[in-house]
Amino acid sequence: MEKVLMINYQKCTGCRLCELVCSVMHDGVSNPARSRIKVMKWESEGLYIPISCQQCEDAPCVNVCPVKAISRDEDIGFVKVDYEVCIGCRSCVAVCPFGAMNYNIIDKKVFKCDLCGGDPQCVRFCEEKAVDYVDADRVSNFKKKDAAERLSAAQKEASALQAAM
Amino acid sequence: MALNRKIAYIDLSTGEIETRPIPLDVRKKFLGGRGLDAYLLYNHTKKGCDPLGPDNVLLISGGILTATCASATARTHVMAKSPLTGLLGSANMGGFFAPELAWAGFHHLVIKGKAEKPVYIWIHNGEIEIRDAANLWGKTTTETQWTIREELGDEDVKCAVIGPAGENLVRFANVMTGIKNAAGRTGMGCVMGSKNLKAVAARGTMDIEIAHPVDALEYNKRFIDQITSAKVNKTQGTLGTPFIWGATNSWGGVRCRNFQYNQCEYADDIEPERLDEIATETIGPYHMTGCFGCQVHCRAQYKIPSGPYAGRYDEGPEYTSLGAFGGEPDCKNAVTVLTGNHLVDQYGIDNLEIGSIISWAMELYELGILTSKDTDGLDLRFGNDEALLEMVDRICYRKGWLGDTLADGGILASEKIGKNSFEYLIQVKGMNNLHSDERATPALALNIATASRGSDHLRSRPAIDLYHLPEEVLRKIYSNPVRYDGPLSSEHTSYEGKPWQVFWQENCFMAVDCLGICKYHTVFLGATLPNFEDWPKVLYYNTGLEMTPEEIWEVAERCNTMERLFNLREGLKRDDLKKGDMLNHRYFDEPCRRGAPDVIGKTIDREEFKKMIDEFYEHKGLDENGVVKPETLKRLGLKKEPSHLL
Repeated sequence: MEKVLMINYQKCTGCRLCELVCSVMHDGVSNPARSRIKVMKWESEGLYIPISCQQCEDAPCVNVCPVKAISRDEDIGFVKVDYEVCIGCRSCVAVCPFGAMNYNIIDKKVFKCDLCGGDPQCVRFCEEKAVDYVDADRVSNFKKKDAAERLSAAQKEASALQAAM
Repeated sequence: MALNRKIAYIDLSTGEIETRPIPLDVRKKFLGGRGLDAYLLYNHTKKGCDPLGPDNVLLISGGILTATCASATARTHVMAKSPLTGLLGSANMGGFFAPELAWAGFHHLVIKGKAEKPVYIWIHNGEIEIRDAANLWGKTTTETQWTIREELGDEDVKCAVIGPAGENLVRFANVMTGIKNAAGRTGMGCVMGSKNLKAVAARGTMDIEIAHPVDALEYNKRFIDQITSAKVNKTQGTLGTPFIWGATNSWGGVRCRNFQYNQCEYADDIEPERLDEIATETIGPYHMTGCFGCQVHCRAQYKIPSGPYAGRYDEGPEYTSLGAFGGEPDCKNAVTVLTGNHLVDQYGIDNLEIGSIISWAMELYELGILTSKDTDGLDLRFGNDEALLEMVDRICYRKGWLGDTLADGGILASEKIGKNSFEYLIQVKGMNNLHSDERATPALALNIATASRGSDHLRSRPAIDLYHLPEEVLRKIYSNPVRYDGPLSSEHTSYEGKPWQVFWQENCFMAVDCLGICKYHTVFLGATLPNFEDWPKVLYYNTGLEMTPEEIWEVAERCNTMERLFNLREGLKRDDLKKGDMLNHRYFDEPCRRGAPDVIGKTIDREEFKKMIDEFYEHKGLDENGVVKPETLKRLGLKKEPSHLL
């Protein structure tokens, strides 16, 4: 079964450890500017949302690439860049709906999440599991559970109201 | 790499800026962060310099591990001569500022002089610029940060700022970053204000090379597992530091009504569980947040549920806000605590100091030492929530006679108020104590009496002394990396072996402050957390620097001695109530009135206390007057200070 990165932003504490370990894992340096994942923040309301590549099935970056440098790795299920072919035109950066294709001004290269070859370090280090790595068919389960909890709470409230009547 | 992060000298009077590398031999002697700051402070100020004059230096730094692949390397240190105490000014904060400063190329800033007009410093990928801050003056801490981001067009800019309190030269104004991270103590924001410096903004995208990245990653994972598996950190991660206040209050270890009581009764509305409920109701089930790279996430998020500030977002409250706006003034409403916490965050003032000083004024008011004429009609009695919050405003804006008087800190205020007001001031070296009561815990009493920045828990507190750990466990912790064969007692009411524990903790805390990591990641609240044995590897994998546990210990001793030298130069005397290692008489004379059987009735024994100080001095290599012995200076390589290496 193909696995996907699943982000539950509610759980994110905003610590950005994912950004740190991503850059250390891939480049051997600490530098969030090199991270494939980035925590977007609305600090004045305490909202933190990690954004990374969704590894789209019909990926705009794959479609737009004029030299066919971007393709899908079927083994792990991620969209990869072939740097031998890439001409650095950044068309992929322009079309990505998530801003998950990045451009590195130091190496002058585009870069994106490669799921660390199947052991994503952002997931490994996130104790909260705001970023998780799950079977693709389980990706909506936590939302189902949340919805079910809301329903049961509503039901309890309704029966309490009925009992009070 | 981390070791190539530079030091910048910024003269606000002349506008001159100079950057220099930090030599490896200086790193080996002082590592970085607070330790190197202590060296710089001693070297760049002259004896007796005016804390609010251009000759005082403001030091802002990250630790040697800041922003590397070690856990929670988020801490920013701020140091200067304190306008509150006239001695060492030193404060440490979490958040995201120091890492950003490191990615921008710097570990240490030495800020001298005084700008003619309000300015802020902008640091971006090795470049430093002094910019106009006329439009920022008067703004609160968060308004300042958001405005700077807008002006620079970059949402990722991180700032260390002052609020109105710092501008108004309140002597215990703090430096803040983010929503609530504060370099709170000893009035570092006041020093910034005196220099017309509103903020330091940083943004960087420069690589920090990790010496051994694979090992660093793996070791970090091990470290984090060790840290998050400690029960105390799990609790911190759900209830935050209020859990400590709740636990110690039920036992009888907090201050209430300015030290008249050691327990706050009927405090259900400000118990940690109640605050957690409010956070859940106003934010949601996931309402904890953390500093850079930290998995403990000890800070709650909340919105004020009602009152004049209803709906405002903030973070915390911490133990100190619970003490300041709950236990101490005996105001037992969650909304008061949450509002007070919001006000201090916005104004940029030390919540601990302001809570203590208002409670002191409340006791003076009830005793008739202060009258309603002094308070401009304000009914400043304990339990008056509105008066409490009104006083926060008055102090931060120096409004009215009392607001202006208290804004100068306890000692100056006591001289102005006169009568016997000083006797009621719970302070050491001019700084008020944490809202904890140490009469039943001699080790903790020794800690606050001897802490280098004045009465304080984050310089040498052996908090695990309260856990009654078996002696062999204590020995395992406290006999490393330097052998200790003297007595150790599991009993928190004992005086046995406590000086060594305080001495060990002093070195442990100095070491983490030099490394730039958080105290929740070492032996502070948890006995199983990493310490000297674990740090050499972290240091080596991340920076390539090879040091033994003993060498790190020696660095810590050296840096603590540096701080001692500074304090001695500025007038520290052993038994001086205002500038010495001495406690207020109430610790010795007034027994605890409330609490558990092992607390009630307790006082600190004067003779035993004196013996503890003697023993502590011996461990530190000081003579009986608390002065550093020549052989200690020689052993630590400090014979020629100031040596002006940097």
